[in-house]
Amino acid sequence: MNSAHDLGGQMDFGPVQPEPDEPVFHGEWEKRVLAINVAAGAMGAWTIDEIRHARESLPPAQYLSASYYEIWLAALDKVLARHGFVSGEELERGEALIPRKEPKRVLKGEEVPAVLRRGFPYERGAQGPARFAVGDRVRTVVMHPQHHTRLPRYARGKSGTVERIVGHHVFPDTGAHGAPEQAQWLYTVVFPGPELWGRDADPASSVSIEAWESYLEPA
Amino acid sequence: MTDHHHHDHDHDNHFTPIEARVKALETLLVAKGYVDPAALDAIVETYETKIGPRNGARVVAKAWTDPAFAERLKADGTAAMGELGYGGRGGEHLVAVFNTPEQHNLVVCTLCSCYPWPVLGLPPVWYKSPAYRSKAVIDPRGTLADFGVELPEAQSIRVWDSTAETRFLVVPMRPAGTEGWSEEQLAAIVTRDCMIGTGLPSADDIPVAA
Repeated sequence: MNSAHDLGGQMDFGPVQPEPDEPVFHGEWEKRVLAINVAAGAMGAWTIDEIRHARESLPPAQYLSASYYEIWLAALDKVLARHGFVSGEELERGEALIPRKEPKRVLKGEEVPAVLRRGFPYERGAQGPARFAVGDRVRTVVMHPQHHTRLPRYARGKSGTVERIVGHHVFPDTGAHGAPEQAQWLYTVVFPGPELWGRDADPASSVSIEAWESYLEPA
Repeated sequence: MTDHHHHDHDHDNHFTPIEARVKALETLLVAKGYVDPAALDAIVETYETKIGPRNGARVVAKAWTDPAFAERLKADGTAAMGELGYGGRGGEHLVAVFNTPEQHNLVVCTLCSCYPWPVLGLPPVWYKSPAYRSKAVIDPRGTLADFGVELPEAQSIRVWDSTAETRFLVVPMRPAGTEGWSEEQLAAIVTRDCMIGTGLPSADDIPVAA
């Protein structure tokens, strides 16, 4: 979806402002949001793409004015309610009012090191060969879906070169919306700066994206 | 959250609105048995004390001193960082990209905040900011200027937009003046920004011994 999160190439946000000696967290509440996000995600009720979509479909003005942990928190509220774990009134009052919904699993303290170390690999076995080979010229599709996608606007309808076949990876566009998991071949596709930005480009720059096979056509 | 005026009863009116919201959410999720408080504490502790840019600095320093490791890192970043005990959440598929005199590498996630957690920890605020995410792809040299970094004009810039679960670690060029340094000494000058591509290591950055 063409929402505020799709930021590549937008202007006027001012200079990047690194914070000297930035702490890992800027307050106790940020720690708790991080931890709740990881632990609630481990219940296994939603995919990473579903919660990404919950973040990026916040109203644009809210998205752009919130801190990133505020965005995470707002998205958590949404997916927890959507999956029936909590109600809006419970969130409001901070107390349990509706019956508990049994999650697939609850992450225990002693499991945390192993679960974080293992992670959640996204590569899946392929049914067939990759359509494109390294060095192939490809063009990204032009599309403006209402749903989640990982093809940024600035890289739609652009010609590039396949640089690497990454693997056969879980496809986010459908996985964000509760569909059974699908996977597609994933490629690193590189574009010269001028292909993306025309005469305003730094001619000595290039940009690559990771593109699923259905984002690409032969050029 | 401030505890200094906690008395024998709990009252939430010393919390800011966001603190109160988070507190309410945590209380609710714990009460309903969805999250284990011990798991929350373990997660925070992990990212506060165990996983951070010192991990990535070790990977880079080893690549600088061990050519065979550098080759393995180039071929399979996930396996190579695994040799040092790093991997997992937020870095299931790691690709190491090596700076050369011809090409500098810069990593961004224009769509969200994808970042190689096992080797760099949690991203800094600027990495997640609209300013960085919008500018890095269209004006990489201007973005580097915001960090006080100026590259030779002849050095091209490759921007890696992290649009999938692939995560990128920049391996900077080993700076002059570090000949004969140990891996530990080298790791000390590899900053987080060097490994995102918004910084360059320098032999002058060696921390003064306490």
